[in-house]
Amino acid sequence: MIESAAASYEVENVEMRQAYASTLLELAKQNPNIIALEADLMSSISTNKIQEQIPNQLINCGIMEANMMGIAAGLALTGKIPFLHTFAQFATRRAFDQLFVSGGYARLNLKILGSDSGVTAEHNGGTHMAFEDLGLLRLIPNAVVYEASDSTMLSYLLRKVSGEYGVHYIRTMRKAAVRIYNFGETFEEGKGKLLREGGDATIIASGIMVAEALKAADILHDNGVQATVIDMYSIKPIDKELIIKYAKKTGAIVTAENHNVIGGLGSAVAEVLSEHCPVPLRRIGVKEQFGQVGKTEYLKEVYNLTAKNIVESVRELKSQ
Amino acid sequence: MSHAISEIEQLRDEIRLKTLKELYHLGFGHYGGSLSIVETLAVLYGGVMKIDPANPRWEDRDYFILSKGHGGPAYYAALALKGFFPEEVLYTLNQNGTSLPSHPDRNLTPGVDMTTGSLGQGISAAVGVALSHKLSGNSNRTYCIVGDGELNEGQCWEAFQFAAHHKLNHLSVFVDDNKKQLDGLTKDIIDPIDFAEKFKAFGFYTLKVDGSSIQEIYDAIKLGKTQNEKPVAIILDTIKGQGVPYLETKAANHHIRPNAEDEAAILEAIAELERRMERTVTG
Repeated sequence: MIESAAASYEVENVEMRQAYASTLLELAKQNPNIIALEADLMSSISTNKIQEQIPNQLINCGIMEANMMGIAAGLALTGKIPFLHTFAQFATRRAFDQLFVSGGYARLNLKILGSDSGVTAEHNGGTHMAFEDLGLLRLIPNAVVYEASDSTMLSYLLRKVSGEYGVHYIRTMRKAAVRIYNFGETFEEGKGKLLREGGDATIIASGIMVAEALKAADILHDNGVQATVIDMYSIKPIDKELIIKYAKKTGAIVTAENHNVIGGLGSAVAEVLSEHCPVPLRRIGVKEQFGQVGKTEYLKEVYNLTAKNIVESVRELKSQ
Repeated sequence: MSHAISEIEQLRDEIRLKTLKELYHLGFGHYGGSLSIVETLAVLYGGVMKIDPANPRWEDRDYFILSKGHGGPAYYAALALKGFFPEEVLYTLNQNGTSLPSHPDRNLTPGVDMTTGSLGQGISAAVGVALSHKLSGNSNRTYCIVGDGELNEGQCWEAFQFAAHHKLNHLSVFVDDNKKQLDGLTKDIIDPIDFAEKFKAFGFYTLKVDGSSIQEIYDAIKLGKTQNEKPVAIILDTIKGQGVPYLETKAANHHIRPNAEDEAAILEAIAELERRMERTVTG
């Protein structure tokens, strides 16, 4: 058993938005070049405190995401380190060409937090529910793409990317996540975290689906099936070696993501497997569907994003 | 701002000549919208901007962003003439592996401050640069040329609202009001009605000038520098294909692949500019 894995699925006492705002405030206080950018969602992500304490380092751009990308590019051109936040679908679907050209193609230094991703957008519903952001970001050359699974990871990744150059995208939920990691855990780019180890199947998950994967592994364990669980927080670059190692070891892979199976984690894993080590694969995720309103737990059921769905997929693979 | 107008006028002729030669050598390209910004480039690079061609990324420089990226050929001519790179490089425009792509790329061309070409985006970056300098208390100025057709893009108006709100008085936006976009006259496609009124309403200190007059552009920039509270908009009354009478009257002059008649006229314009420059040098 790997030590860092949550055993009780307890919900953290720190919300992801608080983790973002506090970490960024701390980073910005240390480095006057860090500028937080918001598009009228400051109060949704709790960056008000940055504005209160260091007003020159928080710019609320108003409801203009496309312009915010360009403002960030201009800040980056002059050596500033812009951290942009908006809901995931606005950061990606809405302002994609701006992010692609003014950020990626121009090779500028932009840090982007896409919040309220996937079903965690809850009552905002289909218009606000990004099941596509990881896919879009993966298409930008050299962009580094993460999905944070808890607040320890989110804080770590924010600190990490603040000192690295290039386009870094971090996907997250806003509210409290299930705690996966202990304080002090580290997260490398291009690596996955091994959370459980078992020889019968491998579950590769990201974001809110990591907790579901752990639950699934426990259910499987109780039924005599030993599953490996990997938190693939680094969606791009992805940890090829780890995927190949466990594909060979277990011969069956299930991916689980709060995102369209096209373009996101499932696709990324499928690409690695088909090129390097083809083994049977099942992808848990959204399939030819748009979002809708509802509570996260309800939407997980609707889109088949539960531990039960993961268990079924593992069983299906093992019975082949 | 102490340069003699006559010197800037000479640079204007040189930029126009090199732009024509560069495009003629390539065999096709964005003639119309390159020629209409020649005067403005001459004033900026010949008399106004703080630059160091030996150190293109000098921190204290003024920034220039060509938001209407398809005017790249004229921009490149200005940069080459100021010594950012050798003039021969102009004849690699759009060739395989070139450092001069159709639309400017900050990672390829010395002196290019921002990658542009996807319309509407350069102005946001320019506003970001101006904001950055304001936040840092620097005195660097930021100049940006947008196209009249480009102002169809909503993002430009987002950027203008932002610039006015943040009182970015070290930002000057030039509108190349050449009255045409790719598919025809701007008034027939999306009628701009009155750019000056719009900019005023958006909170800019707004001036309207003859975009073919070095003196008027120069004076407008000088006047713009007196502003403490507002960003500056200079509406340039220009003609697409400006400075080459044949191209000025050609209807579809956004992107030209010259036929025999065009070719003769372009060569004549080149010859005329060369004669004029010879007169200036010898006279």
